[in-house]
Amino acid sequence: MLAFAIRRLFEALVVMLAVALLAFVLFRFVGDPVNQIVGQDATLEDRAKLREELGLNDPIPIQFGRFIWKAVHLDFGTSYQVKQPVTKILMERFPATLELAIAAAFFAMAIGIPMGVYTGIHRDSWVSKWFLAISLIGISLPTFLIGILLIYIFAVTLGWLPSFGRGDVVRIGAWSTGLLTASGWKAIIMPAITLGLFQMTLVTRLVRSQMMEVLRTDYIKFARARGLTDRAVNFGHALKNTMIPVITIIGLQLGAIIAFAIITETVFQWPGMGLLFIQSVQNADIPVMSAYLLLVAFLFVMINFIVDLLYVWVDPRIRIVAGEA
Amino acid sequence: MTQTAPTPLAPSAAPMGRLRRILESDLLYSFTRQKLVMLAAFITAVMILGSILSPWIAPHNPYDLRSLNLLDSNNPPSWIKGGDPKFWLGTDDQGRDIFSTILYGTRASIAISACAVLLALSLGVSLGLVAGYVGGKTDTLIMRIADVQLTFPAILTALMVDGVAKVVLKGSAVGENHFWILVVAIGLSYWVQYARTVRGVTLVEKNKEYVQAARLIGLSKTAIMFKHVLPNVLSPVMVIATINLALAIITEATLSFLGVGLPSTEPSLGTMIQVGNKYLFSGSWWMVAFPGVTLAILVLAVNLLGDWLRDALNPRLR
Repeated sequence: MLAFAIRRLFEALVVMLAVALLAFVLFRFVGDPVNQIVGQDATLEDRAKLREELGLNDPIPIQFGRFIWKAVHLDFGTSYQVKQPVTKILMERFPATLELAIAAAFFAMAIGIPMGVYTGIHRDSWVSKWFLAISLIGISLPTFLIGILLIYIFAVTLGWLPSFGRGDVVRIGAWSTGLLTASGWKAIIMPAITLGLFQMTLVTRLVRSQMMEVLRTDYIKFARARGLTDRAVNFGHALKNTMIPVITIIGLQLGAIIAFAIITETVFQWPGMGLLFIQSVQNADIPVMSAYLLLVAFLFVMINFIVDLLYVWVDPRIRIVAGEA
Repeated sequence: MTQTAPTPLAPSAAPMGRLRRILESDLLYSFTRQKLVMLAAFITAVMILGSILSPWIAPHNPYDLRSLNLLDSNNPPSWIKGGDPKFWLGTDDQGRDIFSTILYGTRASIAISACAVLLALSLGVSLGLVAGYVGGKTDTLIMRIADVQLTFPAILTALMVDGVAKVVLKGSAVGENHFWILVVAIGLSYWVQYARTVRGVTLVEKNKEYVQAARLIGLSKTAIMFKHVLPNVLSPVMVIATINLALAIITEATLSFLGVGLPSTEPSLGTMIQVGNKYLFSGSWWMVAFPGVTLAILVLAVNLLGDWLRDALNPRLR
């Protein structure tokens, strides 16, 4: 177990270093940092001085080392666009994205698991067929179209929900949350559904296939033979055993949700990191781009690492293989 | 596998034999048995034809700025009160005919996606072949890069490549190269799946007798890889490419919707939706609805084709 954890940690570090190198190359070589910081009318001496101050004349490996050192201390330089420290603006945006991602994941599970259970048990009912047809359409529709459709129905036509923003936000220390106000709850409904819809269909299909597999096993037959109610068999015995892969997939999808939040945040003008990232791509704001890249990579690698460990911890069969390797 | 090594035929019999092989193939049989798949193929064909022929069949030319009249802007579809019979599906904010713009926009979307799929395919297949056939450190390096890239969603890679390309090219060059920037951005995001699949099949194929025979008669590695192994890995590649096309269409539309794709002067379906989205609140639903529906139908049809191809070519499901 420990050897496995250490090896995975080492692999995660290598991935992070590779991404850091990419971010550094972006930061250092795509566009001249000096030109981006000073105005058009800066003199050559000013430029040379700034170049020296930024350490751009040092050997490249030293610059890379310094970049990593700063990144570890959460210093990603100053945004070209808004002239503020990148870490500060990212941290201001982080709560919005995380709340949205968690709400979306919650929505995906709250709807996806019951739908999966139902379609798994009643395989041939027409309701199941409708569920699956709808989920196929849900996968084919691009995220932003679903968002626009929801806005048109619930904001433009019915006027029930706000079409943009987070609503009223309450600040708790460094964290800002929209989940303590009624308008915040109203504002998060549509973005969360838009973002979580794809994961919901994924969960539905996964739970369905897992249920169908588990329901065929002997212990389910035995449970039925003991005279347990359908409810106890389906939920107590079958669903419980489908949960491991579902939790794994949701965990792995959390990273994807954060990345796909870029689209949802643009549609709903949600003030999160994704919207910031899109603006930085449009404005060629390289420090923000590379910091976002590193942050998302870090989240991905962390989630993968934790899921791997959980898997080994939950399923002893993997532990044996891992121990041998 | 339907794509076994072609049986040698006498030259004169070749056309007849080929025709018969197509008519008797399992692929055609399974195609004619499924109405939904035929419908999807029909829709895809109509859309591709319509987009290719758009300069001839579109009633207006949205690229021709002289033909635009701002007085025609924001017209609803012709069957709604206030609509102009000249513009069947209405007009957008610049007075462009929505129907014509959809035809041109579909052309842009399909062209970019097809080129991007070709790029991803050639890159992925070559790297997969090399990784699988050469093995060793080359294999490790290529597959490690693939693993790292696979940790990120494709849309993120595409956005990154797009952003970097724009900074590198700067100013005027970006304007002319929007098309190719998108092709490269999308192509680079989707090569991994090809590489992994092709590598897997190559690992199996390279130990077969025909490869050993080719090696014995002294053919070069490149010749063996691309002339002998390649034809035998193509059927899974076809399946990936079809499903990939749908993904590429969505990615292109998404990039354009996010405002980093094609500019509104030469719109794709995504750009049209982005522009229309701004007018949704003033009630001009047609600017979003028609390109949106076109996009959804196109993606759904291509997805259905991809699913069918996957099932039809998968020997385990027979």
